[in-house]
Amino acid sequence: MLLQLRDVTKSFSQPDGTALPILDIPDFAVDAGEQVVLVGRSGCGKTTLLHVIAGISRPTTGRVKIDGWDIALMAESEVDQFRAERIGYVYQTFNLLPSFTALENVLLGMTFGRFRADRERAKTLLKRVGLEHRLTHKPPMLSVGEQQRVAVARALANRPQLILADEPTANVDVGNQQQIIDLLRGTCQEEKVALILVTHAPEVAEQFGRIEYLEQVNRVRAGR
Amino acid sequence: MSLWKIAWRSIQQRALASAMTAFSMAMGVALVVAVLVIHGVIDQSFRRGAQGYDLIVGAKGSPLELVLSAVYHLGRVPGNISYEAYDELVNGQFAADIQFAIPICLGDSFKRCRVIGTTPDMFDRLEYMDGRTYAFAEGRNFQVEAFNEAVIGATAARKTGLKVGDSFTPVRGSAANRGEEQEPFEVVGILEPTGTPNDQAVFVNIEGFFRLYASPAEDADGTAEAAGTGDGKKKARRVVGEIPDEQKEVTAVLVVVNPNMIATRRVALPKLINKQLGIQAVAPSEQIARLLEGIVGNVQLILLILAVMIVVVAGIGIMVSIYNSMSDRRHEIAIIRALGARRATIMVVVLLESILLALGGGAVGLLLGHGLTGVLAPLIADQTGVSVSPIQFQLSELILIPGLIVLAAAVGYLPAVVAYKTDVAQSLISSP
Repeated sequence: MLLQLRDVTKSFSQPDGTALPILDIPDFAVDAGEQVVLVGRSGCGKTTLLHVIAGISRPTTGRVKIDGWDIALMAESEVDQFRAERIGYVYQTFNLLPSFTALENVLLGMTFGRFRADRERAKTLLKRVGLEHRLTHKPPMLSVGEQQRVAVARALANRPQLILADEPTANVDVGNQQQIIDLLRGTCQEEKVALILVTHAPEVAEQFGRIEYLEQVNRVRAGR
Repeated sequence: MSLWKIAWRSIQQRALASAMTAFSMAMGVALVVAVLVIHGVIDQSFRRGAQGYDLIVGAKGSPLELVLSAVYHLGRVPGNISYEAYDELVNGQFAADIQFAIPICLGDSFKRCRVIGTTPDMFDRLEYMDGRTYAFAEGRNFQVEAFNEAVIGATAARKTGLKVGDSFTPVRGSAANRGEEQEPFEVVGILEPTGTPNDQAVFVNIEGFFRLYASPAEDADGTAEAAGTGDGKKKARRVVGEIPDEQKEVTAVLVVVNPNMIATRRVALPKLINKQLGIQAVAPSEQIARLLEGIVGNVQLILLILAVMIVVVAGIGIMVSIYNSMSDRRHEIAIIRALGARRATIMVVVLLESILLALGGGAVGLLLGHGLTGVLAPLIADQTGVSVSPIQFQLSELILIPGLIVLAAAVGYLPAVVAYKTDVAQSLISSP
């Protein structure tokens, strides 16, 4: 088992001092190389869940184990290092840095781990996503679909064990949506990387063998 | 990818604001550099000008005035000493103490270059700096017997346009005051540059100088011979014969003391000369050190403090610029953090950005400062006779590098802390 969440809750403080519960997940697990799609209503905590898994947010209670390491117990700097080496993230808004070229954006994904940035691997990944002719182009010079493909290459850059994709096709035109999904699923399969993908699109969800409805794992319904 | 590159990309993204910030730093650094270079060169030139001889003997008065007028041809001449006093100094009771002595007479200017009467020993025996003797770029030294020969400094040659073989007549003098033309001096040699005030001077044979400034009643044997056409034009005058010593005066005497003199005598020599001859002997190096460490040093300190304050204000500009950009950059910082960068790493990137701006501005400022020095060089040379080279670097400029790094780290600290505290989850959700 690669990922295991046990009794994870997450709540935010409100201005009046009361806690606003967002997540309450008794148990959620993903195997190595497994591909899971998470479906849920807007505001039900899907992004928060991905943040908790990535160590970007700390759970209020519970355990988040990845490859046997409980990141909820780690110091923040250790979590950062862990994320840099084992987790890739693809965002709905791509989140590429506009002043960096496509190649540099991918290299940035390798900068903060233990290993030195591998320029050749970055080029190979960009070639794999069909952007070998766009290495020196900066994000504003790329189409929306191309930007998301750079983001996929960046997420794979550091040979992660797990990729978290937060609605990666939401901002992509219909023609590119399936390409992005195929790319993510195909590359994750090739690199034996587990994939947790959040989507609203039923046509995307139904392509996955395992579909988790967040309402099912999240006892507290979205309150925001 | 290095953190330097990440910082550099951030600067590039805000190119205009970064350029303006760096430019303000450049202006501050340019001023610091200009102050350091100009002061350093003036200091060096003043000290260099006072080398080559041990004492300056002249009329009683301000020792500093004597040194400034005799060595740097600046300011007021305190007065002259009689030729007898000069003769007594060189051939009298102090003869054994003196290796050689060179009389100089300061006259008026020719095309803004000081005319100085002296002997050929000035260029044959005197060193203008320890171990360096005068050399001629063209021509030769003037002869003792050739009263109307002249030698000119390298800068004076450029400023006056005089060449070897040319003749010139100093603009003033008693002969000119009488409305008479003076017999011209002929340039027989042009000196190699020495980096001393002598580069700006025109040297004439001291006997020719005496004749130039002699009055009719004081002329040799009381006679003057007129040469010319007699058509009513002013006539060139030629003084016939020797001018009596009692009618001669010298402005100062540059003295090289006997190297074999015992140390106690050497120390006491200026006081002995002052006391026994009723004239003044000063050690130029002491006077110059006093001048530089006193007045000039304090002026430099004030200018330096002002320039450093400008650099500090420019540093605060860097802080404001980066700090103001933080609200726009939270999203980017969050992305980099989400890729695994630690809080401390982000802090370092912001500090590096501040350092790059400061050092980049500093490098431009260094060039501007030396450029400014180059622009001001002719003015400084013209006003003070001190040659300033724009490519002359001062050792003290090296302190700018660690100084700017410390300043950049200090001013970058506040925005770095803001970056450090960025809430990643919140900033990732917010729109870029």
